[in-house]
Formats: sequence, structure tokens, C-alpha cells
Amino acid sequence: MIISELKPFPEILGYLDGEKKVFLVGCKGCAEVCHTGDELQVLDMKQKLEQEGKTITGYCVVDFLCDKALVKTRLSPHEPEIDAADSLLVMTCGIGVQATAAVVNKLVHPAANTLNVGGVSGTWRGSERCRECGDCVLDLTGGICPLTACTKWLINGPCGGAKNGKCEVEPDVRDCGWHLIYERLKKLGQLDRMRTTMPIVKNYGKMQPPKHLRSTIMWALEQQETKV
Amino acid sequence: MSLSEKLKNGKFAVTAEIGPAKGVDIHEFMENAELLKGRVAAVNCTDQQSAVMRLGSLAACYLLKKKGVEPVFQMTCRDRNRIALQSDLLSAYVMGIENVLCLTGDYVTLGDHPDAKPVFDLDSVSLLYAARQLEQGKDLASKELKGTPKFFLGACVTPGADPVEPQLIKMERKVRAGAQFFQTQAIYEPKTFEAFMKEAKKFGVPVLVGIVVLRSAAMAKFMNKNVAGVHVPDELIAEMDQAENKLQKGIEIAARLITEMKDMCQGTHIMAIGLESKVPAILDAARL
Repeated sequence: MIISELKPFPEILGYLDGEKKVFLVGCKGCAEVCHTGDELQVLDMKQKLEQEGKTITGYCVVDFLCDKALVKTRLSPHEPEIDAADSLLVMTCGIGVQATAAVVNKLVHPAANTLNVGGVSGTWRGSERCRECGDCVLDLTGGICPLTACTKWLINGPCGGAKNGKCEVEPDVRDCGWHLIYERLKKLGQLDRMRTTMPIVKNYGKMQPPKHLRSTIMWALEQQETKV
Repeated sequence: MSLSEKLKNGKFAVTAEIGPAKGVDIHEFMENAELLKGRVAAVNCTDQQSAVMRLGSLAACYLLKKKGVEPVFQMTCRDRNRIALQSDLLSAYVMGIENVLCLTGDYVTLGDHPDAKPVFDLDSVSLLYAARQLEQGKDLASKELKGTPKFFLGACVTPGADPVEPQLIKMERKVRAGAQFFQTQAIYEPKTFEAFMKEAKKFGVPVLVGIVVLRSAAMAKFMNKNVAGVHVPDELIAEMDQAENKLQKGIEIAARLITEMKDMCQGTHIMAIGLESKVPAILDAARL
């Protein structure tokens, strides 16, 4: 299971700055268990955002958001509501955000941070991997994770090593993550996100399993085992 | 006149790079430094260039400084975390080294220790930002410093990248983070460079056009195939191929490129890669 935790509300509001209409996406998988993106949480977010003057064009809770084929199927009946929105707010782990961003032609914001749970991870979906960094930056990058898509984990833009859109490290199999981010943002008319962001100094401390989760995860169970 | 003064006063600045030795025999390094002394504004010392382990850039810069040659300390983020990077910035300053070229660095698998653990805790942009923070008297953890350093911060950009827009975007982020000058990746097409400079000049930061000296047609073809953002046009490859004296031709082409591009930018950065001793000849031919 993948543990996610809602970002502070002001941070989410910041993402939606200048936008009026939002479509909400939740997930019936891990995000339901973590209470970040189940139906109740989605409805709660709807209410909070409406209080802030936003219009929620619709919402959809998918089972499961890490399956790109399912995301497409489940979102397609909502196409008019998605079309009417300025952006989508995805209340799940980073994989769900990336899977959603890959199938809609809209800006996608993450509502949650995905926490590292010390070796317990979900079923990764190919290119939509999440490093469980605890401080999701997908809002800035068009829903493509630079920590997984870029070999060097660069979060402040591309290095000079890409050739024909391919990473210099493994040009035969690997796209340059920042080339993908650039192409996506360009398509969305959002290149300023890449241009004007302040230098990001990543807090890698957040990649450690958070203390409040250690007692509930495999890591702790293993420690108990050794005591017995 | 220092590199920063030269660029501030609008004088055309020449820099060249020397790769420190793989080992501790510094004779050739010092000889090359002697040849460059007085001919260039500053000399870059590469930092484990191409991820190949060798003598450190900081030590090499110190040797240059002692010899009266102004160094540019190249720093990559591949091998050190933010603690070591900030510490080395402080170390550089106390040794009188103020020019720092902040780079991300090639990936470890491209070098001679492919099994190494890559670091990349910071990157070129956040390293520039870190250096700026130190200048404000604080480190990245917002802890106060006893005495503050002052740097002249440089960065790299690839004018021949295709598409070039991501490079320009990153350049803008580097300027915002604190970059005060740029030394470019090698460029062999003056028209491409002219188009790049048209966009880049809005940042108001001096740009030193990068020149890599050609040694053969094979080298040019190798770069076209393997080095991102570098394209040697067919005419130049043919010129190298037909030349009897390849060395002389490489020098001639480098000088010609400088002459053609010098009015478009604020300086040139010559990467001779093994032909450091020929840099004075290139400068003679370019009348610099």
C-alpha cells in the first residue's frame, strides 16, 4: 500500500491560484485507506474549495488510479466536466497524479504528498513511478515526476545531456524526463512553471519513513519479530 | 584585471580550461598554466571531467592562484552533498578563489567509476542559490556564518541544443539563482549562436562562447554522435578530413570561429582538451 497525506490546504489553494473551475479526482485504493482521496475526502475538499469561491465542475473516485487504462475508462463519462475545468486536483499518491496527467489534456495538481513507508510500496506502474519523497512537486512539472523521470533526480530543470529527447545515460531506452516535462508544459501553455520557479532545495529528510508511521508499517513489525 | 572586472567593464574576456592530471604528476599542468599566464583572463579547472576520477579542481585552482593565474573553480554536484559543496565554497574563498562555475555534472556511468553512488543532492541551480546564500551570511540550513564569502558565479548553457528553449528556460533560472556569467558548451555554427544570443541577451549576463578545438574529422563525428547539443557541420568535418596538418587546421578553425562570433558575445572559453599548449597559437590567430 502507498501512504499519502493531504498537503496543507493553503498549499493546495496556492496551486489553484488564478483558476476558477476545478475537477476533483480520488481513488478507492490506498488513498481511501489513508483518507486522502476517498469519496468523503473528495466531498469535503469540494465544500472547502467552494467556500473559497471555486467552482467544482465534477468529481470522480476511481478504482484504482494507478491503472492508466481504468483511469481513462472511469474519467471518460466525465469528459464534459473535465473540459469545463481549468485544472484537475488529484487527491492521491504521486502515481495517481501522474496517471491522470498522462490521460487528460489539462493541468493536474497534486493534493497529497506520498510518504516513504520504508520498503512497503505499491505496484509501480511503469513510467508513473513515485519515489515517495514526501513533498510532491508534480504541480510544477505538468504531472511528470522529475525524481523518477530524470536519471539525476534533477528538480530545477534539464541538464545539458539530452540528445534527441533521450537521456545521455541510457539513450536507447530512456527519455529525458525534463524533455517530457517541457513538452507537456508547452502543450498546456504552462512553460512559466518551469521558468519562474524559485530554486528548489529538496528536503531529502522527508524521504525517511515519518515517525508517526513507523509503528504501523512493516519496518516496525520486523523489529518486533527480532525481539520475539 | 580580474575576470569579473573585465566583464563588468565590457572588455572581451578569454578563458581556457585545464583538466587536472589523473595522478599527482602536475608538471604538464603547471607548464600549461605558465603558457596561459598573461594570455587569458582566467583558467578553469575541471571537476572530475566526464566523471573520470583525477586530481581535484580545488587543489588545482590553488596551484594556479599561487602561480599568479586567476582560476575558475568548476564544481559539479555529482560527488558531494550540500554539506561538502558549501564547505568547499568556503574553502575556495579562504584560498582567494572567487570565480566558481556551478555545474550539475556528468552521470557516474559515463566515467571510469561507473559503480559509484551518484549524489546530485543539489544541482546547478540550487548550487548557485547555495553560494548566494553563503554570500548573504547564511548556509542552506539558514545557520549564520562567521565571516561571509564573496563569489563571481558562473554557469553553463548549451546554445546548440535542439530544442534550445529548455536551455534558455534553465539559463533564466540560473540567472535568477545568482549566475553572473556563462561559459557555453562548444558551438560550431555561428548562425545558431547568433539566434541563441538574440534570446539570451535579455538576461543581461555576459556570455563566453565555448570553443572545443578539433583534432580530426573522427573526433568531430564522435562528438556529433555522442555529445549532446554539439553539432559540427559537414563542411568543417570535410575541412578537417582534407587538411594535411590536422593540428594546424584545428587551430585555424578555432580562431575563425572566435573571430566570427566575438561580436555576438562578451568573451570566449576555449576547451582545448589535451591541446592546452596550443591555446596561445589560437589566440594569436584570432588576434586576441
